[in-house]
This record gives sequence, C-alpha cells and structure tokens, in this order.
Amino acid sequence: MKFKNNTVALDSTDLRILNVLQENARQTYTAIGKSLGIAHSTVYDRIKRMERHGIIKEYTAVIDTEKTGAKNIIAIMTIFTDPKESDKVAKKLCQAPQILEVYTSLSEELLIIAKVVAENQESLHEFIARSVAPLPGVLRIRTSMITKKFKETRFSIANNPRQLTFIKEKSNK
Amino acid sequence: MNLKILRTLPREKAFYFFTSIGNYTGESATSLKEFTDKISEVNVKSLEFHFYRGDFEKWTAEVLEDKELAEQIGTLRKMSPIGENLKNGLHHILIRRYSRLRSTL
Repeated sequence: MKFKNNTVALDSTDLRILNVLQENARQTYTAIGKSLGIAHSTVYDRIKRMERHGIIKEYTAVIDTEKTGAKNIIAIMTIFTDPKESDKVAKKLCQAPQILEVYTSLSEELLIIAKVVAENQESLHEFIARSVAPLPGVLRIRTSMITKKFKETRFSIANNPRQLTFIKEKSNK
Repeated sequence: MNLKILRTLPREKAFYFFTSIGNYTGESATSLKEFTDKISEVNVKSLEFHFYRGDFEKWTAEVLEDKELAEQIGTLRKMSPIGENLKNGLHHILIRRYSRLRSTL
C-alpha cells in the first residue's frame, strides 16, 4: 500500500527480506526463504512488490577501488551558499561526474556538503576552482581531504536501531 | 590590445582566490582593475598560495592575455617575497601596469 507522502507500508517480513538482501543480494529466493523460514514464493512476491514501488532501487556491485590500483583522492567539500541559490548549486554539483554525494545541511548557515573524487590534489583544485567556485551563489568553500578510512557502510535496515529491534523481535517469535 | 587587457571577463574566467587546495575564500576578480584591488584586500596566505604555484602568472598571461604583466610577476617571484612584502610588491606591479594601460587609451 502506498501512502500520500510517497512511502510504502512495510511489515516485518519485508524488513527481514531487505536485511538479508543488503547482506547478500545474490542469494536465491529459496535461500532467502529458507533463512527466514518463509516460502520462496512469498520472498519472490515481496521482492517484486518492493522493486515495483522503488524501495529496492537496484542491485549493484560494491568495489574496493584500492584493490583495483586506482590512486584517487577523496575529499569532502563544505560549500557555504546564498540560501536563494542553494538548490541550484546542489543540482549543478549533481551533474559533475567527480561528485559522488551531495547533501544540504542547515547549521548556522546553509551549507552544501559534497563528496568529491579526483586523480590528485592538482586535479581536485582545478575542478573546484573552475567548476564549483564560479557557480552563482557560492560564497566560500572549505575542503578536507580524506587521509584514512576507518569505516564505510551504506545505510541499511540493520543500521536503523528501531527497525533492527523490530526485525529481531519478530524473528525470535 | 590594451583595451582587451582591461576588459571585464565572464564569471567562469575570473580569478578565484584560495588559501590552499580546495579552500575558496569567496573573493574573485573579473578584471585587471578588480584583481589589483583584491590583491590588497585578500589574506596574505592566499597570495602566497597562488604566487608560489604560479597561478597569477598563468591567469594574467592566459586569461587576461597580458604577457608583459605575467613576466613582471615572474620577476618578482625570483625574489621570493613573503607576507606584506609580497602583497606590497604585487600591488605595486599591478597598479603601475593598470595606470600605464589606462593612460594609453
């Protein structure tokens, strides 16, 4: 069932299936059904329904770029913007292939936070100087280069404590 | 030619002042006049960052298309000035160049 605010009602079975898929999306319907104690046809129906509603957006490969030999640098840009232009700046950033993620944040000032990848420091600077600083509404930019990664996970059902508790409670019953 | 050097550039060709890699101060210049004014306004840290990367020479030669000014900045670079000496040195070169160009119009 789809609600007005574009959300879809999910029950504990849906959440448990999502949890299993996020751990390994290459499992068969039968394997998922077996691990959750439900019929594979139920797994199939639920997954198809969630695909249809856009809850499951895609199945993709997570690549360890360090192991591919790529020596890219990753940086986090904090872009201070004129509030009137903020959305336009964010949308423009989204079009650049160097930009991996874009968020807006409201602290004392309206900020855009973007994750950017570049071959080296010079190409990072060139990109910011030629493609970000000139955007109308950009007031100033602070950039931090990432030197070491301690953790990187994508948001999952298992990261959401309330939903995780819900899943565990249902699983134990 | 002199008129061309004194023109106002489009926003995407402006000089954008940074203090280090990726850290934009919010200051920019779209003409020689504005560049001259900004040199005396921006943080010395920004001037040192661009000066020793050769950014000022590159922009004045390739974007403003003023090779003579670029050479003068290059000559100053050989003297390795820092801090206020750098600011004053650059400002002096730019004011002199701007006044000369204006007087020939």
